[in-house]
Amino acid sequence: MTMRSPLGQVRGLGASGTGARLFWLQRLSAIALIGLCLWFVASAVSLAGADWRTFQVWISAPWTMALLSATLILAFLHAQIGLQVILEDYVANEAVRTAAIVAVKIAAFLLCLFSLAAVLKTAFIGG
Amino acid sequence: MATQNRPLSPHIQIYRLPLLALISITHRGTGMILSAGMLLLAYWLGSAAAGPEAFARASAFMGSALGRLLLLGFSVALFYHLANGIRHLFWDAGFGFELPQAKASGIAVIAAAIFLTAAAWAAGLAL
Repeated sequence: MTMRSPLGQVRGLGASGTGARLFWLQRLSAIALIGLCLWFVASAVSLAGADWRTFQVWISAPWTMALLSATLILAFLHAQIGLQVILEDYVANEAVRTAAIVAVKIAAFLLCLFSLAAVLKTAFIGG
Repeated sequence: MATQNRPLSPHIQIYRLPLLALISITHRGTGMILSAGMLLLAYWLGSAAAGPEAFARASAFMGSALGRLLLLGFSVALFYHLANGIRHLFWDAGFGFELPQAKASGIAVIAAAIFLTAAAWAAGLAL
C-alpha cells in the first residue's frame, strides 16, 4: 500500500509516463534562449552592414561558433515544440494534425542541420 | 436537439478580447512569426556559406526597405516573445497569477518589447 495520493502518483506523467518531457524541454530551451537571443541580437546589431570578410572573422571565432550553434539548435527545438503545441490545440483532424507535426519536425531538423553546416562551412572556408 | 436553446455567449466574432487574452494569443502569434523568421536566419547563414557575392546579395536584401520591415517585425516579435516568455516562466514557478499582477506584468511585457526593439535599432542604425 502506497502512502502517495492517486493524484501524486500520476502528476507530471502522460499515458506513457513521459508526458512532461516536451513541456520541460520547452522551458529549459526557453531559459537558455533568454541569454542566447540577447547575445545573438547584440551580435547581429554589431554586424549590421558588415561585409563577408568581417562576418567570416566573427563566425570563425570558437565562442561564436559554440554560441551560434547552441542558439540554432535550441531555437529550432523550441520552435518545433511550440508549433507542435499550436497544431495539437487547433487542428482537430488527427491525420492532418499528425502529418503537420511530422512535417514541422522534418523541416525544423533539416533547417537546423543546414544552418549548422552553413556556420561550419563559413567558419572553415576563410581562416 | 436538446441543446438548441443554450445561451450563445460570447460569440467568437463579436467578442472583444480582454487585454490579457490579447497578450496571451500574441505570444503564440509571435512564436509562429519567429518560426518563420528562422527561415530568414537559415537563408542569411546559407548565403555566407555560399560566398561573398551571395552574402552581399543577402545583406542588400536585408538593408532594403522590405528587408528592414521584415527585420523590424521579427525584432518586435522576438523581444515580445522573450519578455512574455520570462513572464510565463514566472507563472510556471507559481508567481504572479493574481489578476492585478498579471495585468501589470502584461503591460510591462509590452513596454519591454517596445523599449528593447527601439534600443536595438538605435544601436544598429548608429553603427
